[in-house]
Amino acid sequence: MVASADFWLTQFLNGLQLSMLLFLLSIGLTIIFGLMHFVNLAHGALYMVGAYAGVSVAASLGNYWAALLAAPLAVMLVGIVLYALVIRRMRRSGPMNQVLVTFGLIFVIVDLVRIVWGDIALGMEQPAILSGPAEMFGVVYPAYRLFIIGVGFVVMVALSLVLSRTQIGAMVRAGVENDAMASCLGINVERLFFVVFCVGCALAGLAGAIAAPAFSATPSMATDILIPTLIVVVIGGLGSLRGAIAGSLIVGFIQTFGAVVLPGLASVLVYVLLATILIFRPVGLLPARS
Amino acid sequence: MKNFVCAALGAVASVSLIANAAAAEVKVGLLLPKSGNYAALGKEIEDGFVMALEDAGMSGDFVLVSEDSEAKPPVGVAKARKLVLQDEVDAMVGIVSSAVLGAVRDFVDGAMVPLVVANAGNDDATGASCSKYIFRVSFSNGQVNRPMGSWMAEQGIKTVYTMAPDYAAGHQMIDAFVESFTKAGGEIVGSEYTPFGKTQDFGPYLTKAKAASPDAIFVFYAGGEAISFVKQYDSFGIKQDIPLYGSGFLTSPLYVAAEGPAAVGVKTSLHYVPTLDTPENKAFVAAFSGKFGRAPSEYAVQGYDAARVLVEAVKAGASDRESIAEALSSVSYTGPRGPLTIDPATHNVVQNIYVYETVADGDALTQKIIGEIGEVRDPANGCNLQ
Repeated sequence: MVASADFWLTQFLNGLQLSMLLFLLSIGLTIIFGLMHFVNLAHGALYMVGAYAGVSVAASLGNYWAALLAAPLAVMLVGIVLYALVIRRMRRSGPMNQVLVTFGLIFVIVDLVRIVWGDIALGMEQPAILSGPAEMFGVVYPAYRLFIIGVGFVVMVALSLVLSRTQIGAMVRAGVENDAMASCLGINVERLFFVVFCVGCALAGLAGAIAAPAFSATPSMATDILIPTLIVVVIGGLGSLRGAIAGSLIVGFIQTFGAVVLPGLASVLVYVLLATILIFRPVGLLPARS
Repeated sequence: MKNFVCAALGAVASVSLIANAAAAEVKVGLLLPKSGNYAALGKEIEDGFVMALEDAGMSGDFVLVSEDSEAKPPVGVAKARKLVLQDEVDAMVGIVSSAVLGAVRDFVDGAMVPLVVANAGNDDATGASCSKYIFRVSFSNGQVNRPMGSWMAEQGIKTVYTMAPDYAAGHQMIDAFVESFTKAGGEIVGSEYTPFGKTQDFGPYLTKAKAASPDAIFVFYAGGEAISFVKQYDSFGIKQDIPLYGSGFLTSPLYVAAEGPAAVGVKTSLHYVPTLDTPENKAFVAAFSGKFGRAPSEYAVQGYDAARVLVEAVKAGASDRESIAEALSSVSYTGPRGPLTIDPATHNVVQNIYVYETVADGDALTQKIIGEIGEVRDPANGCNLQ
C-alpha cells in the first residue's frame, strides 16, 4: 500500500465525486418521499434517460453545454408525462402498489430506451475545456471530475438556500413535517408535490447528463444506480436535505475507501452499514420528521 | 405389364426419395440473449450467422428456431429443453454467457444434440467438463490472453499491474495472461478484481494502479465497463506514463467509437480484427458492411463461423444429430479470421491470435495489427475426446 499524500488526496476526490453524483439522485428521491410518502423506484430510469438525452443532444448539436441544459428539461418532461398518466392516480393507493407500478415503469422505460438507442453502450464527449487531467496542489486529477464535484456543491448550496430562505422552501418543509396541517394552512400540497417532483426529475436528468461523459450511457445504469441511491436515502433519513447530504458522503466515501483499503469487502461494506442503521436507527441519521 | 408397373412404381418411389433427400432441412435452434446486458452481442452473432447461410447459398437448407436465453442460466436451460424436446432441432447454436453454457452443458450432453458455442469463453467447457457434443468456434478465455503474456515479455515489458471484473471469466483471462507472462520472466506488481457489473467508477482502482508504477497495465473489461475504464484511464492522466494492454474485448470495434480518442494507443489481443488483410476477410467485411452498414466485430465473425461449420458439416453429408456431431469434430477451413480448425481432442477452435493497436483514422478509430501468434491451441486440461 502506497501511503503518499497525493494518493490519499486523489482517493478523497474520488470519494467526493461519487458522493456528489449520489447526492443529485438521492435528493429528488428523498424529498418526493418525504413530502408525499411516494416511493418512485423509476428514479434510476430517469437518470438513464438523462444520460441518453445528453448523448443525443451532444451528438446532434456538438455542444456539451446545450446537452447539460437540455437533458434535465427532457427528463422533467418525461416526469410530467409520468405524473399525469400514472403517478397522480397512484397517490392514494398505498406503498405496495406504488412500489410495484414504479418498479414496472423501470422495465418499460429501459425497453423504450433500448428501442430508441439500442443495446450498445454509448459514449459522450467531454467538453474540450474539461477534458484531460488538471493539476491541483501537485495532484493530477481529471478536470471533468472536479466539474462534477463543483456541480454537486452548487446544487447543494442552491437547494439549501431555497429550502431555508424562500417561501416555497418553507412550504416544502411544512409539507414534509405535516402535510395535513400544511393543507389546513392553505398550502396546495398536491401542486407543491408536482413542483418538487419536476425538480427531482430534472436533477436526475442532470445527474445522468454529467455522468455520461465520465462513464457511458447503458441500459443497465437504470438499475445499477437505484440501490446505492435508495441506501443513501435510508441512511440519511427520509425527506431531509441534510440527510441526503450526509448519506451521500457516507456511501460515497465508504465505497471509494472500501475499494482501496479492503477490496474484497468493498461491495459488502455499504450493506453492513445499511443493516446497522436499520437496526439501531431505523429512521435514518438525520430524518426530516423528528 | 406387372413388371412395368413395378418398375414405374420403383422409379416414382426413388424420384420422391431423391426429392425428399434434397428437401431434408437441418433444423437449428438459436439460443441467444435478446434482452438484458448481452442483447447487443446476441444480435451481432445472429446477423453473422444469417449472413453466412446466405453467403453459402444454403439459407433454404436450414430452418432456424430462435429463442431468447436472457443470458440467465435457468431461462437458458428451459429454452434449450424446448428447442430439443419440442422443436426437435438437429443442432443448437449460440450461448453468449458462460454461466448459461455451464447450466445447459449436462442437458446437451445427455440429449446428444450438437451445440456450437458462438461466444461463451469458459475454459472448462472445452477442458475438464468438455463434451462430445459441444463445439466452440468463438474462443476460450485462456486462448485469447495466453499469447499476450509472452508477447508483452518479448516487447521488453518487465512489470505489469492487472485488473478485471471479479467473476469467472475475469479470473480465467487474467490467470492465463499471468501464467505465460511470469513464465517468460515478467513480474506482476499488483492486481485488482473489481465488483462485476457494479463498478462504474474505476477512479479508486486506477489511482492504486498508478501508485504501483508498473511498466504496463493489463486488463480485461467488456461492454459498458470497457468504455468507462478506457475513458477514465485517459482522464486520470495515466495514459502519458503507463501504457494500457488487455484482451481485445477492451477495444472491440463494436463499441470502441464510444471510447473515442481515449482508446488510441491501447494494445490488445483477439482472435479477430476487422482490418485483417486477407482476401477472405476483405470479402467478408465488404459483404457485412454492405448489408448492415457497420463493420463486423469479433462477435459477428463468431456467428458467421458458427453457421459456416454447420454448412461444412452438411456439405460433408451430415443430416442428423449424430452425423452433424461427427462431421463437426473434423471441420477445417480458412475464413475471415484466418485458418480455423476444430480441435478433435477438445472441440475448441484452433485459430490465430492477433495483437492490435487502436489507432486514429481521421475522426474514426481503426485497428492496426502489430503481432500475430499462429494456430493457438488450448491444452487438453483434462479433456480427452479422441
